Amino acid sequence: MSLGHNTLVVLLGCGLLGLAAGTVGCFALLRGRALVADAVGHAALPGVALGALAAALLGAEARSLPPLLAGAAASGVLGVLAVQALSRTRRIREDAAIAVVLSAFYAAGVALLSYVQTVPEAAQAGLARFILGQAAALRAADAQLAGLVALGCVAACLALYHPLRAACFDAEFARVQGLRTGLVDLALLGLMVVVCVAGLQAVGLVLVVALLVLPPAAARLWTARLGPMLLLSGACGAASALAGAAASAIWPGLPTGAAVVLAGGALLGLSMLAGPESPAAARRRRRREVAA
Amino acid sequence: MNPPDGGHAGGAGLALALPGASRRPGGPPPVEIRGLWVSYGDRPALEDITWTAAPGLTAIVGPNGAGKSTLLRAILGLTPAQRGEVRLLGAPAAAMRGRVGWLPQRAAVDWDFPASALDVVAMARAPRIRWFGPMPRREREAARAALAEVGMADHADRQIGRLSGGQQQRVFLARALAQEAALLLMDEPFAAVDAATEAAIVAVLRRLAAEGRSVVAVHHDLATVPAYFDQVLLLNRRVVAAGPVAEAFTPQAVAAAYGGRLLRFGETAVLAEPGG
Repeated sequence: MSLGHNTLVVLLGCGLLGLAAGTVGCFALLRGRALVADAVGHAALPGVALGALAAALLGAEARSLPPLLAGAAASGVLGVLAVQALSRTRRIREDAAIAVVLSAFYAAGVALLSYVQTVPEAAQAGLARFILGQAAALRAADAQLAGLVALGCVAACLALYHPLRAACFDAEFARVQGLRTGLVDLALLGLMVVVCVAGLQAVGLVLVVALLVLPPAAARLWTARLGPMLLLSGACGAASALAGAAASAIWPGLPTGAAVVLAGGALLGLSMLAGPESPAAARRRRRREVAA
Repeated sequence: MNPPDGGHAGGAGLALALPGASRRPGGPPPVEIRGLWVSYGDRPALEDITWTAAPGLTAIVGPNGAGKSTLLRAILGLTPAQRGEVRLLGAPAAAMRGRVGWLPQRAAVDWDFPASALDVVAMARAPRIRWFGPMPRREREAARAALAEVGMADHADRQIGRLSGGQQQRVFLARALAQEAALLLMDEPFAAVDAATEAAIVAVLRRLAAEGRSVVAVHHDLATVPAYFDQVLLLNRRVVAAGPVAEAFTPQAVAAAYGGRLLRFGETAVLAEPGG
């Protein structure tokens, strides 16, 4: 297979996206926000559909990305706000609130999508690719944008390293120290939404959560320090995104999202067996200590 | 383990009354509370607390559900109060954000977090550094010194989940010390710790008091209140008694706070656990 310019740019964009997802995902995982990332992804669907409709009504080019992504971001944020509003009632716990919002928004999205498919101008947008991802359909310009946004997310994580770490480890202590943890959480949530939206087309909204969660989960099995974990998680994210994009380029029928998740899952499985911080390694250590 | 402080490592049970160096009249009271009400939903947790802590070491004592932890959390602004005013070291509590040391209960955090003991203690220096980049050497050394003071210098690089419960408590204590605050609040610092850790905590409390700093700690062991603390607040949703231990920590007051479940009260207090 020869690599054309477009393919190369798409691969690079996907790799950077994976890097950003692994980095942001590290903090999301440590802050206990993995399920929120899933809610953001699923809640993006009605926004994508409405964005396509709006673009069609305004006469924009059917495949133009900005209205779709703006819609995705808006409804993703709306989903998170709904989760927070529901869990604040204290009658519905956060996990239940996430389940409710995730399915309700997704159902609304599916219903809207079936309507959008009947509007010829909007149907051309090919919205199905947002559900499971299709990196091969990315245009070079889209991939460049996604890559740049991803780099911005990585830079933001590094710039906020100490506040993010403090809020993840002990948010109350951080508050006592005068850190405005509400703002730090908001920044983390914003980064998660941006990564999810930037990754929609490549990975798909159903599986984008895996790109945020699998890399840090695998990285934690190799190291007990946050700095190396961030680097490893970013690398794992980039590797799985690249592998997924490459696989879907080779087998056009394979959705990128599925390929990315399979690659990330394989990395996690390997880490479970070989990582020095894995439960398996701890068992081996104990056995050696007993034998010695 | 090395004794954290040779002069004070003589075992917790032998501790005597504290030197008067901890009482410096003239300074503003470390904690001043007026008309504080806190409730969780419909359930009142604290009712009309008015209390002024004197400088030095203060124990908050009371039965389970008395609102001891809630009081500390309300002082820190972590739990919202319905009504009331809190002043710390003479200033409104909100203005003292970032200048109060805090030792939470050990269960408050995920000990599987990817951090070493030194990392955790260094987080106490966060207000002194930029948001990004490596921790400056000076701050790392301050964190290392705090770890050494609690006898944990040899475990600085260990992941916190691989420490024993007592060692984890000393890491938290070192983190509170590294804040270098004039007032420290501690939630059950002596809960479920080994003898070495208890001795380390006692040594630290004495050092703080000798430096003119104040500590307000939730304490569950009535027997050690007179040995470890200058002042006491007996709490059961309301203030039952407060003042110097010698005056306020009477058998009658303790019995009133605990609802009369106290069996015997001589040189040491013995609390009857339900069914025990």
